[in-house]
Amino acid sequence: MKQENITMEDQNFRPLDLKKKMRFGESVIQSLLFLAGFLSIFITLAIVYELGKEALLFFGNPDVTFAKFFATTVWSPGIGKFGIWPLVTSTLITSFIAIFVSLPLGLAAALFLSEYASPKARSTLKPILEILAGIPTVVYGYFALLFMTPLLQKIFGDGTVEVYNMASAGIVMGIMILPLISSMSEDALSAVPRALREGAYAMGATKYETSLQVVLPAGLSGIGAAIIIGISRAVGETMIVAVAAGSGPNFTFNPFKAAETMTGHIARISGGDLSYNSIDYTSLFAIALMLFLVTLVLNLISEAIINRFRQRYE
Amino acid sequence: MNPNHDHYPEGESFRQSLTVRYRIASIWQGLFFTALLIAFLSLSALLYNVIDGAFGYVAYEYKNDPAEFTTKPLDDLNREELLALLKTNISSGAYNKLNNEKIMEKRSKSELYTLVLERIIQIDTIKTWSMTDSIFRGSEVKAEVAEKYPQAKLEFRSWLTPVFLTTPMSSKAEFAGVRTAILGSLWMVGIAILFALPIGTGAAIYLQEYATKNFLNRIIQTNINNLAGVPSIVYGMLGLAIFVRAFEPFTSGSMFGVMDSNGRTILSAGLTMGTLVLPLVIINAQEAIKAVPDSLRQAAFGVGATRWQTTWHHVLPNALPGILTGSILAVSRAIGETAPLIIVGASTFISIDPDGPFSKFTALPIQIYQWTTRAQSEFHAIAASAIIVLLVMLLTLNATAVLLRNRVQRKY
Repeated sequence: MKQENITMEDQNFRPLDLKKKMRFGESVIQSLLFLAGFLSIFITLAIVYELGKEALLFFGNPDVTFAKFFATTVWSPGIGKFGIWPLVTSTLITSFIAIFVSLPLGLAAALFLSEYASPKARSTLKPILEILAGIPTVVYGYFALLFMTPLLQKIFGDGTVEVYNMASAGIVMGIMILPLISSMSEDALSAVPRALREGAYAMGATKYETSLQVVLPAGLSGIGAAIIIGISRAVGETMIVAVAAGSGPNFTFNPFKAAETMTGHIARISGGDLSYNSIDYTSLFAIALMLFLVTLVLNLISEAIINRFRQRYE
Repeated sequence: MNPNHDHYPEGESFRQSLTVRYRIASIWQGLFFTALLIAFLSLSALLYNVIDGAFGYVAYEYKNDPAEFTTKPLDDLNREELLALLKTNISSGAYNKLNNEKIMEKRSKSELYTLVLERIIQIDTIKTWSMTDSIFRGSEVKAEVAEKYPQAKLEFRSWLTPVFLTTPMSSKAEFAGVRTAILGSLWMVGIAILFALPIGTGAAIYLQEYATKNFLNRIIQTNINNLAGVPSIVYGMLGLAIFVRAFEPFTSGSMFGVMDSNGRTILSAGLTMGTLVLPLVIINAQEAIKAVPDSLRQAAFGVGATRWQTTWHHVLPNALPGILTGSILAVSRAIGETAPLIIVGASTFISIDPDGPFSKFTALPIQIYQWTTRAQSEFHAIAASAIIVLLVMLLTLNATAVLLRNRVQRKY
C-alpha cells in the first residue's frame, strides 16, 4: 500500500524504458549488423538468379528440348547434342563408388571411436581423420591419378583400366569423404542416451552386441543424415574427377572407363576461353543449377533428419 | 521347468556360447579398428606418393653441347663468365627482356647458371623416376639410361629446392617455380579474408546478440548452414557471373584507370573465395560468441551498458581468439580450393608477379592441377613439389589454429 502511494504521489517518476527508444548510433550499428546477416540470403538469391537466368537462356534455346535433354545420350552443346545423361551417369557412378568406400569405413571408424576407444586413444586417432579432411581436393586428384589408377591397373590389368577412369576417382573421393561420414556418425552415436547402453549391458549383452544391435539402430537416422551429406559432397566434388575421371562426356556404366562428370565438365569447359552468351556458356549454368538444386535438397533433407533426431532424445 | 528357458543355454553350453560371442565381438572390434587403419594407410600412401614424386633420378640431355660455348666445364664458370656467355649467345631482345625483369648484373651466380642452362644449353628431360625406384632400383635405372640414351646424363634430383620457391613459371619443368603462384594465392586469400572476416563477424554478432527468434532470423540461420554445403564450383559460377562479368568495371580496375585487364583478376577471385568462406567464418564466429559466458553480458547490462557497448567491450574481446581460429581455418580452406579459381579464370601460365588487386594471377592449386594433368612425368615431379609447399603452408596455418584454440580452452 505504501509503495503504491509513493509512485502515485511522485509525478516526476518515469520508469526507464531502454527498449523503447534506441540511441541513434546503436540503431545504425544494429542495421549494419543485420545487413551483414542478410547478405547470406542475398548470396543465395544471387546464386539462384544468376544460375537461373543463364539456365533459362539455355533452355529457351529452340534447339534444346526436354526430349533431347532427357532422352538422348550425347552431350556436346557446340554441335547441338543436348543429352544430359552421360554427365549424370558418371556423376552418379563416381558418387556411388565414393559412398560404397566411405560408408562402411566411416561407420566402422565411428563405432570404434565412440564405443571402443579410450578417451586417450580417441584424441590420438581423431586427428588422423581430421588431417584427411583438411587435404585440398586437388591433392587428392594427384593421388587418384598417380597412385590409385596405377594400383588399379596393376590389380585389374592395363587393358581393363583406362588411364582416366571413374573407379579411381570414386575410390579416392570415398577416402576424402570418410572423415565427414565418420565424424557425423560419431556425433549420432554419442547422442544415443547412455541408458540404452546400460540397459543392454544389464541384459548381459557384450560390447559388440550393444554397439551393433542397440546403439547403431538408435543412431541410424543420424547416420542416414551423414550418408546424405556424403552424397551431396561427392556430387559437388570437382577437382578429383577433373583430374582423374577423364575429360570428355562418355555414356558408360563401366567404372574402369573414362567419363566426365557434371562438375568436371564445368571445370574443363570454363577453363578455356569461353565467349559469353554462347550455348556452351549457358549450358554450364544449366548444369551448375542442377548441381545446386540437387545438393541443396540433399542438405535440407539431412538437416531435417538431424533436427528431428535431436528432438527425440533431448 | 519353464519352457521359456529352453532358449537360454545353461552351464557348460552357456560358457561355450559366451566364448563364441566374445570371439565374434573381438573380430568385429578388429574390423572396426581396421577401418581406422585403412584411413591411416590412405593418408600415409598419399603423403608417400607425393614425396615419392618430388625426389628421384632424372635423365636429361643437353640440346647444345656446352663445349661449343665455353672451353671450361660449366660448373667451373664464375659469375662474370656466365654473364658474358649470356650476353654473347642470346639475342639482344631476349636479353633486354630478362634485364627488365631483373637487372642481369644483380642476379646471383646460381640464377645466371640456371639461365645459361635454360636459354643456351637448353636441357631436355628424357625421363624421371620416383624416389622409390631411384633408391631400390638404382642400378637398373643406370643400366637403362646407359643402354637407351647414351648421350643422357643421370642425376638424383630434389625437385623441391629454394630456387623452385623463388622462380616464376616457365614452360619447362626444370626451370619452373611457384613464386608467382604463391604470391597469387596470398593476394587472393588476403582479399578473401578482408571481405569475409568483417562481414562474417558482423553477421555472427547479429545472429547471436541481436536476433530475436522470428521467422526471418531462422531463415537466415538455415540459409547460412545451407550455404556452407553448396559445392565450391557453384560459387565459382556465381563469381563468374557477378564478379567477373557484372562487376567488370570494378573488378578489372577500369573504374580506377587500369586499362589493360578484364574481369578475371585477383580481386574477382578474392571476392569469390570470400563469398565461399563467408558461411564458414560466420558459423565459427557464432560458436566463439556462444562460448562467451552469459554472466559477462549480464554484468555489463547491470552497470547500464547498451547492447553494442556490451558486445564491443566485453563479448568481442573474449570471443576474438575463437573468431581468429575460425578465420585461420577459413584461410586454409581458401588456399586449397581450386575449382572456383578455374571458373573465374585464373591464368595457367603467367610469369610476372601480381602487383595489385587488378592483375592477372595464378595460384598454387591451379599450378598443381595444371602440372598434374600434363602427360610428361617431369611435370608430375614439380606438381608433387608444389603439393609439398601447399601442404606445409596448410600445416602451419592449422597448427597455429590448434595452438590458439588450446589457449582459449584453457581460459574458461
